Amino acid sequence: MRDEERRALMSGREYVGAARIDGPLVFVRGTHPVGYRELVECVDADGNTRLGMVLDTSDDVVVVQVFEGTDGLTMPGTRTRFRGKPLTVGVSDRMLGRVFDGLGRPVDGGPAPLADDEPDVNGRPINPTAREYPRDFIQTGISVIDGMNTLIRGQKLPIFSGNGLPHNELAAQIARQAKLRGGATDFAVVFAAMGVKHDVARFFTRSFEETGALDNVALFLSLADAPSIERIITPRTALTLAEHLAYDRGLHVLVVMTDMSNYCESLREISTLRGEIPSRKGYPGYLYSDLAELYERSGMIRGVKGSITQLPILTMPNDDISHPIPDLSGYITEGQIVFEREMNGRGIYPPVAGLPSLSRLMKDGIGEGMTRDDHPHLASQLFAAYSYVKDVRNLASVIGEEELTPLDHQYMEFGEFFERKFVNQRKDEDRTIEQTLDLGWEALKLLPAEELHRVTDEELDAYYHGNGLP
Amino acid sequence: MNERIIGQVRRVNGPVIEAMGVTDARMLELVRVGESGLIGEIIKLSGDGATIQVYEETTGVAPLDNVYGTGLPLSLELGPGLLGTIYDGIQRPLEALLAMSGRFIERGVSAQALDRTKAWAFEPRVAAGDEVSAGAVLGVVQETSRIEHRVCVPPGVSGRLVSIAPAGEYRVDETIAVVATPGGERELSMMQRWPIREPRPVAQRKPLDIPLITGQRVIDTLFPLAKGGTVAIPGGFGTGKTMTQHAIAKWCDADIIVYIGCGERGNEMTDVLNEFPKLVDPRTGKSLMERTILIANTSNMPVSAREASVYTGVTLAEYYRDQGYHVAVMADSTSRWAEALRELSGRMEEMPAEEGFPAYLPTRIAEFYERAGYAETLSGADGSVTIIGAVSPPGGDFSEPVTQHTKRFVRCFWGLDRQLANARHYPAISWLDSYSEYLDDVKPWWEERVGPSWSTEREEIMELLQKEVRLLQVVKLVGPDALPDSQRFILEVCSMFKNAFLQQSAFDDVDRYSTVEKQLRMLSAIMAYWRRGQEAIKRGVTLHKLKRVKAVQDLVKMKFTIPNESPEEFDRLMARLERGIDQLEAIYA
Repeated sequence: MRDEERRALMSGREYVGAARIDGPLVFVRGTHPVGYRELVECVDADGNTRLGMVLDTSDDVVVVQVFEGTDGLTMPGTRTRFRGKPLTVGVSDRMLGRVFDGLGRPVDGGPAPLADDEPDVNGRPINPTAREYPRDFIQTGISVIDGMNTLIRGQKLPIFSGNGLPHNELAAQIARQAKLRGGATDFAVVFAAMGVKHDVARFFTRSFEETGALDNVALFLSLADAPSIERIITPRTALTLAEHLAYDRGLHVLVVMTDMSNYCESLREISTLRGEIPSRKGYPGYLYSDLAELYERSGMIRGVKGSITQLPILTMPNDDISHPIPDLSGYITEGQIVFEREMNGRGIYPPVAGLPSLSRLMKDGIGEGMTRDDHPHLASQLFAAYSYVKDVRNLASVIGEEELTPLDHQYMEFGEFFERKFVNQRKDEDRTIEQTLDLGWEALKLLPAEELHRVTDEELDAYYHGNGLP
Repeated sequence: MNERIIGQVRRVNGPVIEAMGVTDARMLELVRVGESGLIGEIIKLSGDGATIQVYEETTGVAPLDNVYGTGLPLSLELGPGLLGTIYDGIQRPLEALLAMSGRFIERGVSAQALDRTKAWAFEPRVAAGDEVSAGAVLGVVQETSRIEHRVCVPPGVSGRLVSIAPAGEYRVDETIAVVATPGGERELSMMQRWPIREPRPVAQRKPLDIPLITGQRVIDTLFPLAKGGTVAIPGGFGTGKTMTQHAIAKWCDADIIVYIGCGERGNEMTDVLNEFPKLVDPRTGKSLMERTILIANTSNMPVSAREASVYTGVTLAEYYRDQGYHVAVMADSTSRWAEALRELSGRMEEMPAEEGFPAYLPTRIAEFYERAGYAETLSGADGSVTIIGAVSPPGGDFSEPVTQHTKRFVRCFWGLDRQLANARHYPAISWLDSYSEYLDDVKPWWEERVGPSWSTEREEIMELLQKEVRLLQVVKLVGPDALPDSQRFILEVCSMFKNAFLQQSAFDDVDRYSTVEKQLRMLSAIMAYWRRGQEAIKRGVTLHKLKRVKAVQDLVKMKFTIPNESPEEFDRLMARLERGIDQLEAIYA
């Protein structure tokens, strides 16, 4: 008999009683051979079914992680069924416009949508040879992103933020304004909330409502008061739907996941309970692989119309970018948008730190035919000049601004213009890429031409001296 | 393969499986688990129990599932057809898997690493009756338009050649030669197998005194790497490890490149797959893909295959070294490999050493880097394996175990600097943290082949860069105006050196690759400015005027304006520089 058939037969068996219950983990003894990562149903004394997954299996004891928490379970009264298949979620494009919990069950009062497919929530790795290299420019209408850290369709670009910073506003603005040059496309937003507060979820819902985009959005909410363990499965459920929409339905999907720090903390919780050997700050050694399983579920596939662009949001504990969560994320994602508290304090929105922010896919998505011919050199020059501004400011804080050379004064002016006029914009301001690039040249005009090493003489002539293109 | 049941699964914990009832199994034996035949390797034996690391996702594996033994260690198929192919960490060809299982990698699928249907034009180089020993070239196959694949007698085989196939088309598994060995007749095909964890033998190791030219100025001129050498590139995320690895893979003067994407991004491998076939090698005019083997074990692929991928890569490299080629192995990133070791060790509940890494981490790192070297092969030719390993220290902190242990076993260190990367100074290789122990070894090569001034001018500029650090500390306290022009000129020359020489654009058609001649001419031009400028300042010329000399401004752009093919333009630039400064001096005289 094949393994699957054998397990399908066994899936009707029910085991009464748990050997141990510890946090979200239930230990069951004396079972039939149970498969690793198999779907589990735990029935409590009141007859409610909770879903779980096998974390560790042996001929002696099976460890089950229960996504809906173990509150109220009793050792003798818990009944478990092993379903002989991995955790799946029903997906279809009818899920757009609806709200679900972390396991994909509707919480908006409506009936469960009819599923077209029921894939494994854990996904499978994309064959690298099947991937299409992402190079389509997405115009977000936000200068510091479009001009300096360009978002590309199929990219995973996280926002590294801190508590109290406007990361939600920026994510919502990107979701509202993101468009491809050259017309409308079929797009959808999949939103996964992990451990965020109700009002944050409401902020996003309202923001989608206002623009009439709600019909193209599927929300998966595992809010702060839901069992923390549910957060582990929430992004997987959301990404499973995103994969269906992108690769089977040909939609361009933007996945917003917030807050990844809460996700990682749930992971740490489980790891500690299982007594695993921790690596940095108590996080499990497999945090990198685990995050990669999520982040790598983005991109484009050859010969398939749709795409998945990820915009994960994470709050850096204590604004520390070297904390394991932002650090490991940064190693997997294709760049990062880093927020700076000091800029936020000065009233600059979005408070994107100029230097540590980066888009790795930018190089292939900008320039002639994609944005504008001068874009690559202009961005490089702005980075170089802004980096010098930081040095000058440090110097000024020691020796005083009056002591600076005339050139350094010009740089200070440039820095001020760059932050106030280029980076800073309204929360509903949607700039075209041309406006953004022209604004960049406005800033550079505050500097003498011979300081601009990274742009060509032709570009200087056309945009700096304003003679137009030859 | 004659597979037999050697035991049953007892416990599944992620990629680590414990089996029971195992009495007839060997350490490091390749096994298959369950009905779907997941590939695994035995890493521990105790009593009748065995611990297996499985190279595929273990979802659904249950206790009492059968474990099948193969009797062989995890080995690679070596023969024509490797070049231009992309494999996963255990040498499954990803293109073939795509054809078999579609856009996602399904579990339990397997494909032969070498295409059995393709016929190769084989030309014998020996005759029946010849005495052959291990490493002897039996014949050649034109594998790609630039690489001649030398079919050698595998290690451990020697004797009189009973027969050799005549020139003609053969598939990799057809017998092309029969050797009468002391143990009986051995049939040889163009393909051989070799276990990944065992270094392939060489006749002897040789000193490393030829640089591996990468075309990257900061590397070749300041911190050169020798053919057969080892180097680590540590850097936090976003500092350009992968970009540096890509640049070297594209432009270095190795014959063969093995690029291991170990636990990194899927899109990066796609980038290489898209870009390399289009790029042309400046030395041979052929497509770069023709000399490249890719190993892709991206971060979302199973962690144990990540552990195996670096061995797979270095074994392929040794195979081409044995044919007399110079091979460069890029491992991006070795930290992911170390983390895979840590994860597996944790799952096996071993006692951890530093930061959860197993105590045998330094041993494994040492074993890996020791497989590099410049060697006389068994057939008497020269070949080398150079290992270029990226390291991804958490938080960009170089004091963590992987960076520290790697530093013990490599002789060259290119530290990437966050500050430089933030200022978009690429390659962000720090001139203060980096070092190369190959300097003295490759000095004769540079001085004989390129120019006698190399080491003196290199030392001069390194000294200036050190002085600059001290001066910048002063500037931070009192501002640059407090310094005399003679000292500000040091800052000026260093800043020019960084802008004009150290920064190199990977995207500019002229700048992305510099020949050694161009590198030295550029260095000499900047040093000439330093010498003439000092004199001029002594004669009363102000730094402000000096910087405005047209030829001086042109120095900054020489990397873009003077192509590799026209070094004579440097003569003209130098003459204009001399003239410009002469004229200034005349005004002040």
